[in-house]
Amino acid sequence: MINVDQDYDVVVVGGGHNGLVCATYLAKDGRKVLVVEANESLGGASATSELSDQFLVSSCAHWLFQLHPGVTSDMRLTEHGLKLAARDLSTIALAEDGNHLIIDGDQLDGAGISDEDRKAYVAFNKQILKFCTLLAGVFNRRAPKLVESNLTDRITVAKLGLGMKMLGKDDMSDLMRLALINIYDVMQENFDNDLLKGALSIDSLLGSHMGPRSPNTVYGYIYRRMGTAFGFTGPAVVEGGMGAVGEAMAKAAQAQGVDIEVGTAVSKINIQVDRATGVTLTDGRVVNASMVVSNADPKTTFNKLVGLGNIETGVARRVKTIRMKGDAAKLHIALDSLPNFTGLTEQQMGQRLIIAPTMNYIETAFNASKYGEYSKAPAMDISIATIHDTSLAPNGKHVMSVIVQYAPYELEGGWNDEKKDAFKQLVIDRITDFAPDFKDKIIASELLTPVDLEERFHIHGGHWHHGEISLDQILMMRPFPGASQYGTSVEGLYLCGAGNHPGGGVMGLAGHNAAKEIIKRGGLA
Amino acid sequence: MMPHDETMILETPFHSRCLALCEINLWEDWKGYRSAAAYTSVEQEYFAVRSNTGVFDISPMIKYRFTGPDAGAYLNRLVTRDISKIAVDRVAYTVWCDEKGHVMDDGTIFHLAENDYRLCAYARCLDWLMWSAEGFDVTIVDETADVAALAVQGPTSCAVFKEMGFEGIENLKPFGITRYPFVDSEVMISRTGFTGDLGYEIWIKPSLAETFWDALFDAGKLRGIRAIGGSALDLLRTETGFLQAGVDFIPAEEAIREGRSRSPFELGLGWLVSFEKPVFNGRKALLKEKKEGSRYAFVYLDVEGNKPAEHAFIYAGNKEVGTVTTAAWCPTAKTNVAFAQVDAKYGNVGQELVAEIYYERELKWTRVMAKCTVIKGAVFNPPRKRQTPAPDF
Repeated sequence: MINVDQDYDVVVVGGGHNGLVCATYLAKDGRKVLVVEANESLGGASATSELSDQFLVSSCAHWLFQLHPGVTSDMRLTEHGLKLAARDLSTIALAEDGNHLIIDGDQLDGAGISDEDRKAYVAFNKQILKFCTLLAGVFNRRAPKLVESNLTDRITVAKLGLGMKMLGKDDMSDLMRLALINIYDVMQENFDNDLLKGALSIDSLLGSHMGPRSPNTVYGYIYRRMGTAFGFTGPAVVEGGMGAVGEAMAKAAQAQGVDIEVGTAVSKINIQVDRATGVTLTDGRVVNASMVVSNADPKTTFNKLVGLGNIETGVARRVKTIRMKGDAAKLHIALDSLPNFTGLTEQQMGQRLIIAPTMNYIETAFNASKYGEYSKAPAMDISIATIHDTSLAPNGKHVMSVIVQYAPYELEGGWNDEKKDAFKQLVIDRITDFAPDFKDKIIASELLTPVDLEERFHIHGGHWHHGEISLDQILMMRPFPGASQYGTSVEGLYLCGAGNHPGGGVMGLAGHNAAKEIIKRGGLA
Repeated sequence: MMPHDETMILETPFHSRCLALCEINLWEDWKGYRSAAAYTSVEQEYFAVRSNTGVFDISPMIKYRFTGPDAGAYLNRLVTRDISKIAVDRVAYTVWCDEKGHVMDDGTIFHLAENDYRLCAYARCLDWLMWSAEGFDVTIVDETADVAALAVQGPTSCAVFKEMGFEGIENLKPFGITRYPFVDSEVMISRTGFTGDLGYEIWIKPSLAETFWDALFDAGKLRGIRAIGGSALDLLRTETGFLQAGVDFIPAEEAIREGRSRSPFELGLGWLVSFEKPVFNGRKALLKEKKEGSRYAFVYLDVEGNKPAEHAFIYAGNKEVGTVTTAAWCPTAKTNVAFAQVDAKYGNVGQELVAEIYYERELKWTRVMAKCTVIKGAVFNPPRKRQTPAPDF
C-alpha cells in the first residue's frame, strides 16, 4: 500500500517481474521504493488467472526457462516461495500418425530419427550453448552505447569481441554467418527430420511477427535458448502457475522494504519541463518521487504515460517505429479429464508439446498473418501443467494452456467475438487431430488474442517481449537507437521492462540491469 | 493555380502585375515560383523602400497552417521560442531546431486566433512537421498556394494604406495583426517585414490579389510606390541585420556535410531560445551547448573601405578564423557591412579582425586586407520602424 506520509525515492510503474526485480535491487541499495501495479496480481505477463471456477492457468507465459540464476539467488526467490513443480522437461514434436519425436536435452527419440540427425543435434546444441554463453556475458550488464563509449562500455565490447575470438575460428565465422540468415536455412543445413526442424524452428519465432524464413530468426532462436546458459536444459512448470513467480518476487521486494500498491493504475508520469517528479494515479492521487522507473513497454511509457509532447520529435519518431505487434494468441482449456493424445503416455503429455509438423507448415501459417488474417492451420506450443501441479484444477481435472501462432494484432477488420470464436474452434479442431477425444473433455475455454493480451497485461500491441527480438532492436538499439542505457531524455525517468536490453521472457535481467545502472549513476542522472 | 507537376515554374497570384512592371525581365526561382530579381534597377528599388514605399511579392513564402486544440502546445514543442507568450493577433520571429540543436529554419509564427496559427518558413518541411505531430491533436495544412501576400515597406507605407481607407492602421503595433474588409472578403495586415523599416505585410485570398495590387498602386501613386525585386530586398535586409536562411546558415535538414549546420547560439539567435518553457526540439543539446560553449559565433562586421567583403576569409592576426556569409555596402547607413561566421572566441563586440577581400576591375583582380570590427548589430535601425502610431511621411 502507498504510505502517504512517505517521501519515495523511486516509483516503479508496473509490478511486472522486471519491475519487482528492479525495485528489490534499488531498495536493497537503500532507496525507498513504491511499486504501483494496475492489476490485482503481480508479475505482469508472468501471471496465473482463473479460467473458470477452480481452474487456474498461466495466462500469458506458461513455461519458465530463462529466469536468471543471479536474480533468483539475489532475491532469494526459493525462500520466498518459488517452487518448480517440474523442470528440464522434454519437448515432443507431435505427428498426426502418433509417431512423435521426443527431444530430451541432447537426446532425440522416435519419428524414425536418423543417427546423422542425432549426431548433428548434439553438435548443434554444443554450438548453440557456446553462443548463449557468449551472449550471457553481455546480457547481465547494460548494452554499450554505439558512440561515446566509456570504459565500462569498452570493456563490454572488448569482452564480446574477445569472446567471439575465443569461440574459435569455425564457430566465430558460423555465428557471424548464421546471425544474419534465417532459421529455415540453418535447419536445412543441419537436419533431415521434418518434425525436428519444425519443433526447433518454432522456438525462433514464438511471440514474434516472423516465419522460419524471416531474417532475425536465428537470433530469436539463440535468444530462446539463453536458458541453457542459465542452467535450464528444458522448460519448467512453476507450482501455482507463472503468477507464483510474481508472488515470490513481491515477497522478496517487500522483505527489502518496498511498498506495493496493486489494483491502481498510473495515468501519467508527472514531468516538470524535462524532469520526472512522480506519478499521477487514475484515482487522482499524486505520488511524488525523485525518480520514476517504468516497467511498462516503451510505447505505453512514452505514448501514454509521458506523452509524446514531452519528448523531442526525434525520440518520438523512434518510439513510433519500434516494431511490436504481437502475433501469438493464448488458448486456455479446462478439461474434465486428460484427453488421449495418440501415441502419448500421461507422463509424456506433461512435457512441452509442439504442433509444427514441418517448417513449411509454420511458414504457411505465418503467411496469413502478413495479410491480416489468422492462420487456418496454426502452429502451437502446449502445456498441461496440472500433470505436475494438481493445485491448479479440481481433483482429476486438468487445464491446458496453448500458445497459438499466428493471430495478428491487427486482424483485417479487427477482432470481435465471432472471429475469436471461429479461430478458437479452428484451434480446438486442430488439437483434436492429435487427440481424438479432446473436444469431449472440454469444460470451459477462453481465447486471448494479442488485443486481449494488450488489454489484460497493458502491453502495447500485445507483444509479450515489449518489442520484437530482432537484430535491429537489441543491445544499444533496444528499445530504440539512441536510447541511453535504461535512462531516457526525461531526467529522472528510467525504463526497466522487457523493451530494454536484453529483452523479454521471464528472465529478470532488464530489471536487474536497470537497477544496477541507476545505482551506478548515483540516483539522478 | 496550375499544379506544380505540370509546369517547370509556378506563377504567383500577382504575376500579371509583376510581369507588366518587370521592365528588365530579370527573374529568379524562389522555391518553385517565378519571382522578380529586379524590375528596373536595384538601386532605384532599394531607395523606394528607404524613401517611399516598395512592394515585394512574398506569395512564394512557404506557409503552414496549424489548427486544433493542441496547435499552441505543438508549436511550442516545435520551435525554440515560448509560443505561450504570443497573444492572439501577434507575430513572432523564431527558429526551429533538430535534436542536435541545429537550426532547421527560421520564420515567423502568426497567432491568427485561438488554436489557429500560421508559420512562414524558408524551406518546405512538412515531413518534419508531420513527424512532430505524433501525440498532438493538431491539423497541419500547407497553404502556400492558398494565400497571396505582399510586403509593403517604407516610410510612406502607412500613409498609402490610409489612402486605401484602412482607418486606424497607424495604431497597429510592430508584430501586430489587424484585418480590414476588402471587396467581398477581407485583407489581413501585419506590421512585419524583412527591410528593417516601417512596413507591413498583407495576406489575402488569391482571387483578390490583382484587385488589391491595383488598389494599392493607385493609392500609392503620389507616395512613390514601386515594385521591388529580390536583389533590393537582399540589400535591405543586410543593412538591417536580418539573416537569410540558405545564405547565412544552412538549414540543418539540407546540410550534407558533417559540421555545417549551426545552433541558434552560433547564429546570434540565442535570445530566441527559452529554457523555461516545456520540452522543445533541440533543448537537451542546446542546454549542453550553453554549458559547454559554442563552436562558432555569428558576427556583424564594420569593414574598412568600400569594397564589399563578399566570400572573404576572416583573420585574427595570421590565423584564419572564419568566413563572410553576406556583405554589402549599405547606402543609407553608409557602412560597409559583412556578416561572418567565426570561431566562437573571436565573436565579442569590439574584436578587431581582418577581411581578405578580392575584387575585380576590368579583368584586374586586387586583394585588400581590410580591417574590420565586430559591431553589435544592425547599422540601420530607424525609430519609425517601432513608432506607434506610425509616422506619416
